[in-house]
Amino acid sequence: MTTTEKKGRYGKFGGQFVPETLMTALEELEQAFETAKQDPAFYEELNYYLKDYVGRDNPLYFAKRLTEKVGGAKIYLKREDLNHTGAHKINNALAQALLAMRMGKKKIVAETGAGQHGVATATVCALFDLECIVFMGKEDVRRQALNVFRMELLGATVVSVDQGSGTLKDACNEALRYWVSNVEDTHYILGSALGPHPFPAIVRDFQRVIGDETRAQILEKEQRLPDAVVACVGGGSNAIGMFTPFVDDADVKLYGVEAAGKGIQSGEHAAAFADLKEGVLHGAYMYLLQDDEGFIQEAYSISAGLDYPAVGPEHCFLHDSGRVTYDSVDDDQALEGLQLLSRTEGIIPALESSHAIYYAANLAKTMAKDEILVICLSGRGDKDVQTVQQALEGK
Amino acid sequence: MTTLQQAIEATTRAHDKAFIPYIMAGDGGLDTIKQQILFLQQHGATAIEVGIPFSDPVADGPTIQAAGLRALEEGANLRTILAEIASFKDEVHIPLVVMTYLNPIIRYGIEAFVDAAEAANIKGLIIPDMPLEEADLVTDALAGKDIALVQLISLTSPAARIEKLAAAAQGFIYAVTVNGITGTRDGFDEALHDHLRALKRIATIPVLAGFGISTREHVEAMNRSVDGVIVGSAIVKAFHEQRLDDIEVLLKAPANQ
Repeated sequence: MTTTEKKGRYGKFGGQFVPETLMTALEELEQAFETAKQDPAFYEELNYYLKDYVGRDNPLYFAKRLTEKVGGAKIYLKREDLNHTGAHKINNALAQALLAMRMGKKKIVAETGAGQHGVATATVCALFDLECIVFMGKEDVRRQALNVFRMELLGATVVSVDQGSGTLKDACNEALRYWVSNVEDTHYILGSALGPHPFPAIVRDFQRVIGDETRAQILEKEQRLPDAVVACVGGGSNAIGMFTPFVDDADVKLYGVEAAGKGIQSGEHAAAFADLKEGVLHGAYMYLLQDDEGFIQEAYSISAGLDYPAVGPEHCFLHDSGRVTYDSVDDDQALEGLQLLSRTEGIIPALESSHAIYYAANLAKTMAKDEILVICLSGRGDKDVQTVQQALEGK
Repeated sequence: MTTLQQAIEATTRAHDKAFIPYIMAGDGGLDTIKQQILFLQQHGATAIEVGIPFSDPVADGPTIQAAGLRALEEGANLRTILAEIASFKDEVHIPLVVMTYLNPIIRYGIEAFVDAAEAANIKGLIIPDMPLEEADLVTDALAGKDIALVQLISLTSPAARIEKLAAAAQGFIYAVTVNGITGTRDGFDEALHDHLRALKRIATIPVLAGFGISTREHVEAMNRSVDGVIVGSAIVKAFHEQRLDDIEVLLKAPANQ
């Protein structure tokens, strides 16, 4: 066997576990990405759209009433919910669409869970006149009907995926199958920090604008770095974007919050770090929810954006290295977090972000009043209002 | 030389073409594995590709996905399938090639899997989500074993990559005839034959074509350019619908070259 170069590894995690048919496309993508990164014109164009279209910089907001209510560290919110389309997903979708156009690809395929990435992708495809097909699990189509309609309004074709659990992982499978079959003219805009190399690196680099802005903003407001940063983790795109600029700042504690669903003990959760079983899914070696035979288990969370059965490879590495602390928050606690922020600040957060809010509120209580905690408010909760209503009134 | 390569070359030396049918092991129940393997052996299969069901088969089309789900419901998995095959291995005289996604192997434990595969007299291994770059995950455990690690080659890959894969391939080269997933297709274009013949020229081991080959006409057309074919979805479907005659017809095609 010849010695071959191993690409895209974060310790033992990551890699390129894909059908051979995709290897050339991944190589092509990697080259386009590396070239774009060196090209000031690429960033000039990206920054133009991030500013005038997405609405960046978005604020780092001091949540005064939440801080008072919690009674601990000063809590700041990074307002990704104020982006065009209502979540951080647009940062990556926009940048990848520009990358696709540089590669001469006119068609885009994407997967979506909550629908936020699908909407973001459909949005940039409308903006740049790209053909767009979005795969979405049947269960998510039901839970997020409004987002399906939004994507269709934007001109995308939404395909409901019946296979498996009908959630994000199954949508990923189908998007990958579609990409394998249409790889010559289609770019796959993967929405989380997952998948084969170079996707986790691409998504991280295109999401780190969250952390870069946060860092600059907190230095301006407080003349120092925060003591703690909290973000929710499904696949992990908002978290990796937020964490990356702080990873080398040893004094900044980083916390990733997974979805514990109905509780870790119930088995119905999406917390891959609660199980710590290694495996391969969607092109990467990661911690992965699976049974004793290596079949992938269905992840569950009240928030469609977190119910992915694995965590992106770089998070797995940051977990093992101890740099980031990962914990989980269940459905009920997330609903509490959602109501807490709604009532103290007049901001209805996405259910995904609500996991981070609940965790951060408890963490802040244990911190001194002159300490600073930043929460990545990754998305707004409009899409979840119906789910929340059902959950709260069903009690 | 691996047993798998020997078996294919014995066929091609006799001026025949190799024919490797694919089955989804456990589709119809674990006890059908023996029936299907012995049936295919009796009707002239050169080797048999034994598919292991998986929860997330990204390289497979609707036919094999559906068969996989049925097999999963029957309790088929890497462990139960290898144990079942080991129970009748003395009746099998052609090489069996296991096709499984990587994760069940990782969960099984790579060394333990290789031991179980050897005990079931498995002669080849195809892992569709493990490209050559990641193959060192299993190569140490396979060293010195008579289990060929088969490489899939995508014909639209750059020449340098095709050469690298062809050089590393064991048993036979699995030439993927379409950029896509498994399943039936209407036809193949002439450019494909140019690709196949080019691959044949650089290959030092047999080249078999697979993906989308479902009819006797497809088999005959492919056999103009390569050493044989792998037929998956059409066989799986025919077994499921109990159309054994149709399988016999497909298996006879190569003898007519």
